[in-house]
Amino acid sequence: MLRSFLAACLLLLSCLSSAQAQDRTIQDVLQEHAEIIAQSSRRTIGPAIDAIAGSGLPAAQDVLQAWQAKDMWQRESDGLFFKAERIDSSTYDLIDFATGESVGSASKDDLEQLKPNSGIRAMIGAALVQFQLNDPDPERRREALLAIQRDGEASHLPPLRASIEGETDPEIKALKETTERLLTISYDSNETARVQAIEGFKGSLSLDARAALNPVLTTKIVSADGLSESANIKRELRAGSRDLSVEEAYDLLVSAGLIETQPSLAERKSALESNIENGAVAGVPLAELSTQAARDRAYASLAQEGVVPAFDPNFTMEEAVTGARFAEVYDEPSEAVTDAAEATLTSINRAVGLNQFFDLSLDGLSLASIYFLAAIGLAITFGVMGVINMAHGEFIMMGAYTGYVVQQIVPDYTVSIILAIPLAFAVTFAAGVAMERLIIRWLYNRPLETLLATFGVSIALQQLAKNIFGTQARPLTSPGWLDGALSFNDVVSISYIRIAIFILALIFLGVFLFIMKKTRLGLETRAVTQNPRMAASMGINPDKVNMLTFGLGSGIAGIAGVAIGLYAKVTSELGSDYIVQSFMTVVVGGVGNIWGTLLGATMIGFLQKGIEWFNPSNTLAAQTYMIVFIIIFIQFRPKGIIALKGRAAGD
Amino acid sequence: MEIFKKNPSLPVFIAALAIFTLAVTFMSEAYGTGALSTSFVKTLGKTLCLALVAIAMDLVWGYTGILSLGHFAFFGLGGYMIGMWLMYARTEIIVIESMANAPIPPTPSEISDAIGTQIFGVVGSSDFPLIWTFAHSFWAQIALVVLVPGILALVFGWLAFRSRVTGVYLSILTQAMTLALSLYLFQNDSGLRGNNGLSGLQNLPGADAISQDNISIWFFWASAFALLLTYLIAAFIVSGKFGSVIRGIRDDEARVRFLGYSVEGFKLFVFTLTAVIAAIGGALYYPQAGIINPAEIAPIASIYLAVWVAIGGRGRIYGAVIGAGFVSLVSTYFTGGQAPDINLGFYTIKWVDWWLVLLGLSFVLVTLFAPKGIGGLFDLITHRMSPTRHGLPLGPDKGSLREEEAEK
Amino acid sequence: MEVKTQLKATLASALFASTAIASGAMAADCPVKVGVLHSLSGTMAISETTLKDTMLMLVEQQNAKGGVLGCEIEAVVVDPASDWPLFAEKARELLTVHDVDVMFGNWTSVSRKSVLPVIEELNGLLFYPVQYEGEESSKNVFYTGAAPNQQAIPATDYFLDELGVEKFALLGTDYVYPRTTNNILEAYLKDKGIAEEDIFVNYTPFGHSDWSKIVADVVALGADGKKVGVISTINGDANIGFYKELAAAGVSADDIPVVAFSVGEEELSGLDTSNLVGHLAAWNYFMSADTEENASFIEAWHAFIGDDARVTNDPMEAHYIGFNMWVNAVEAAGSTDVDAVRAEMYGQEFPNLTGGTAIMNVNHHLSKPVLIGEILEDGQFDIISQTEEVPGDAWTDYLPESAVLVSDWKDLGCGMYNTETETCVQLKSNY
Repeated sequence: MLRSFLAACLLLLSCLSSAQAQDRTIQDVLQEHAEIIAQSSRRTIGPAIDAIAGSGLPAAQDVLQAWQAKDMWQRESDGLFFKAERIDSSTYDLIDFATGESVGSASKDDLEQLKPNSGIRAMIGAALVQFQLNDPDPERRREALLAIQRDGEASHLPPLRASIEGETDPEIKALKETTERLLTISYDSNETARVQAIEGFKGSLSLDARAALNPVLTTKIVSADGLSESANIKRELRAGSRDLSVEEAYDLLVSAGLIETQPSLAERKSALESNIENGAVAGVPLAELSTQAARDRAYASLAQEGVVPAFDPNFTMEEAVTGARFAEVYDEPSEAVTDAAEATLTSINRAVGLNQFFDLSLDGLSLASIYFLAAIGLAITFGVMGVINMAHGEFIMMGAYTGYVVQQIVPDYTVSIILAIPLAFAVTFAAGVAMERLIIRWLYNRPLETLLATFGVSIALQQLAKNIFGTQARPLTSPGWLDGALSFNDVVSISYIRIAIFILALIFLGVFLFIMKKTRLGLETRAVTQNPRMAASMGINPDKVNMLTFGLGSGIAGIAGVAIGLYAKVTSELGSDYIVQSFMTVVVGGVGNIWGTLLGATMIGFLQKGIEWFNPSNTLAAQTYMIVFIIIFIQFRPKGIIALKGRAAGD
Repeated sequence: MEIFKKNPSLPVFIAALAIFTLAVTFMSEAYGTGALSTSFVKTLGKTLCLALVAIAMDLVWGYTGILSLGHFAFFGLGGYMIGMWLMYARTEIIVIESMANAPIPPTPSEISDAIGTQIFGVVGSSDFPLIWTFAHSFWAQIALVVLVPGILALVFGWLAFRSRVTGVYLSILTQAMTLALSLYLFQNDSGLRGNNGLSGLQNLPGADAISQDNISIWFFWASAFALLLTYLIAAFIVSGKFGSVIRGIRDDEARVRFLGYSVEGFKLFVFTLTAVIAAIGGALYYPQAGIINPAEIAPIASIYLAVWVAIGGRGRIYGAVIGAGFVSLVSTYFTGGQAPDINLGFYTIKWVDWWLVLLGLSFVLVTLFAPKGIGGLFDLITHRMSPTRHGLPLGPDKGSLREEEAEK
Repeated sequence: MEVKTQLKATLASALFASTAIASGAMAADCPVKVGVLHSLSGTMAISETTLKDTMLMLVEQQNAKGGVLGCEIEAVVVDPASDWPLFAEKARELLTVHDVDVMFGNWTSVSRKSVLPVIEELNGLLFYPVQYEGEESSKNVFYTGAAPNQQAIPATDYFLDELGVEKFALLGTDYVYPRTTNNILEAYLKDKGIAEEDIFVNYTPFGHSDWSKIVADVVALGADGKKVGVISTINGDANIGFYKELAAAGVSADDIPVVAFSVGEEELSGLDTSNLVGHLAAWNYFMSADTEENASFIEAWHAFIGDDARVTNDPMEAHYIGFNMWVNAVEAAGSTDVDAVRAEMYGQEFPNLTGGTAIMNVNHHLSKPVLIGEILEDGQFDIISQTEEVPGDAWTDYLPESAVLVSDWKDLGCGMYNTETETCVQLKSNY
């Protein structure tokens, strides 16, 4: 009944305005509000948008759309508004809104672009809804629905309902229906319709559903005395419970005027200050007032004299609030609606909780794959060969910079990434081989000194990168098909780039296993690692094997660099962010075993996300406690999760 | 004087240190010609502290064979402990002065609240965390300089050595420790002012009237004295039977254990002792530097410490001193922007850009070609040569150099 | 014996190096020396190297105009290497060894706090060009960057009034600037009637790269139907990962707008901004400002650095204003004496690059306009809001302890004056 009445009103309104519009052009409407349009503030713009939308002129939609897209310009000489199209950097073609015809061009200096901020753009979007809901262009219809979802208002409901019938696109129709139900929850006045709409969202994970339901359930806590009969009470509360602290209860009672306040410490002090007479307050000399007890005494005497309000030293807030009753009351008056909403939201929250766990697990998995990717090269050089390569992080960085350089030469992002991966491998492989030949092979007998020498290489490489590429971060952009995220629902989603890193990590796990178990190089590497002299006497050239193995580990670090650069940043310090974590990943997992590294990365990734979940406001703390945990873990399992046994364990 | 016999370098060192201290004093702005600026005196004083912690590093690495990459954590903790008192006492004076004009004299709790607001207002809070309980007392904080790092080292070392974590694993573990500690201190919630750390430490409480010219020299003397003491302690430790045992642990831990020594006990003692020495170094260093913050104990600082010792020459105490002094002074020179650019025609080498490259490469070169470091030069002079082993590794354990071998 | 000589030789060479440094200390009236105290290596080199170049350019320009007081200006560049104690050491070196007349430098708050005691002790003069957390007013520092009320508060107002944001996520790197700024903002928002549970705060480490969970948390804030906005004080490189994750999660500026206080043209040059269009930043300067001064500044910068792709940013403008004000104050004072120059600095005016005039106030902060820009596809900002000049406030009005404090070095002669007790809390600053 009410709905049809509203529709009738709207119809009447539009008839009226169109009748008025006979002799007005859209430019007149704009000129009427020229000042606030130029001022462009969300607080004042409302009347202008309403006037344009309600003008009933055919050009209204065009104007609003042009305005929203920042295509509306004002000519400074006469203040007229036009849609402007850029001809070149300094001249613009002006188009009249009413006729859609060009009225000549103008220099940019004579024009002022209107730049509605996103708040105003949202208001324009909401005003456009009535025009766009039935627009022949499906894109516009989607825009209208998006505008409703962002800034829905009661007036959207009738046109939306009216437009569902004639909707031809099934996808948009479904969207319209959902949007209609969301609007019903918030704005319909029919209780049954609302309850029905609410119940329709049981178990739904959509963020919009929660955004519609939660406002229905807003509550406030009030003193239960003098509460009206009709109030929709959620529950009764006692002061000192989890949801109502004693202080809050006290403040409530004070603001309700039910109890008198006591003067606070600061108030009492300033009362003392304003009652100083002859170097004393109420007979207590100033010099003695450096203790709280003396101050209380002086204040009590003042209170007795009646100069200041009385203060009861035995006063406690707990006592003041005992016996008082409080209630949590819904803002929404209808009990049926709140009950339905509570029930629906409970079911939603259960589903959301479960999905948040999945989402967290995905994050953990993703972090684990990043750590794994960063550490896998190290699992070869440190894990298999026992070389402590502090420059490992710089190899990662070199890989990332290779990606950047390739992107400068090959502008197509997809091709450049495909090129960058083998090139990064080649560059860091060469760097690794060079380092092995020049430095590390002299130090195989002195493992702790490789640490120092490679640290030297690390700081030299870092500074070199700064000298070559500058200190600014460099862009490494992922191809378009890696943009965005795979969303399972509004709660669980993971970006494609992270999925790509995950797959890359799996590929490298496979490659590592293949090389180590199935190829001659792998066999020789294992032989050389276990007993170099024996291997040499079997005809293996340990020098060559060491060189190739080290190059392989370094090369993989380079590819990891491309991946890490894609998802984070490319700077000269990229590598040092990962080096300590990488070593810990390998050590926690157990040196010399790729599965150990995998487990180590998984454990660290999940652990960190788990701690972040416990303390969402401080990510730094999560990292700290993760490392502390690793330290303790190593104390109890010094050889890592998977400890090599027997002869292979070496030592 | 047994100790002099076993440490022929000791009298040379004492004499050199004394001459150096006197020379600096007579060239200082406070007590001499003013040829050395106060900022350079501070640099020299700090360098002495670094030499001190380098000796500690040499004891634990060069003599005992534990490559700890976490000793700067103890150094920093020492600085934090003394810094807490310096900040508290300085702020207390300011607060009491500004409150003296109040109409009503302040209560003790008002004073402490105001100090809290002053110290923590900078980082957006105002209450004293629990760890500042003793900050008002100089002697308590001095005790904590020794106790906090000492106990941390004791607990950490006991856990690590008990589980027989050795070699590279221990290095990485100690590195993780210093990383965890610096990350913890980076948090504002840690109560030590987060990333800002403790600052203004060069202003000694109640010494506003005394010029930094004088204070810098006093700290220089104190640092020199502490370095001397440390050198004596280190020389004493390494020259006796104890020294033989720890060198034995370095060369072959298992054999020493089979001989019946409690290897873990020896290691723990050295680890804890050097942590305490490092902490004392830190307590002297940071009042000269003026500020301590968590970045000071980031893992890289401890790696640099190892590098100083390596460059100076491991396994000889004066080597550590030379390494720390040399690298830190050369660093100061090159980052000062005063080193002249080298124009190659097609490219101008700016030392600010290339200094770190040079430093990094010199680590590599020293490790490869001069494993004995700068200290090895003295061997050339005194004709102490390593025996030619025709490519075989030196000593029973990798890389160790036994004394009698070195004697030829 | 040989050992001894060798040892002495080493020490002597170290001493020689030091005396060589020290003997360069002879200061004449000409040239006028300007110390540049910006990190050229280490983590902060990313931001600070640009400022060093800016200073060299400004000095070169001034020398082309005839220098100051008839003297040539000489820039003394040192490298504190992003090492905070080294900042104090280098500042002392600049003031006592090189006898510089003024210093331009620092970026991080902690480096400023490290330098403060030294310049206050030696009565030096420092121009600090970066937006910071306020709560400080040193006699010897002129703050040419924005105080919170010149950046954070107007941006928050913009969120509240223009975008209708009802729920705030304050994301920051864990150090003093975000901590203090967020404290001020929390107090301010509560003042404006935003409930405590509608303010979500998170701190991440420097250089943080794994943002997936935090972005998901922010998106989830929208579940109670309130419009969510993010106020970001995330520093430096960490922004790159944050914005990449934001773009990947498909968070559009229309749904959840992000306003950043530490993201400028330089930071954006490190990433592809096509997915970030519409997100915001608040500064006192944007490179896109359409004025003649700005056009010639950019032209000069490109010519100086020899790279047309280089961007300009807010701290560069701060140095531009600071340096020119200092030159004018020196000319007015007729000397480079710190106290004389300081007295002339008050009320000193200089045109902004964004139009209008910057004025140096008696609390050592500038009056500058506040600009809010939307990120464009090309990594530039579209200026959508520009206020009148706002005087920088050393002590915020929104924290109870600071509200009672004012700074007035001209008449009160105190940077931390308690208006309640009418006393000067301290003459030195709190570090």
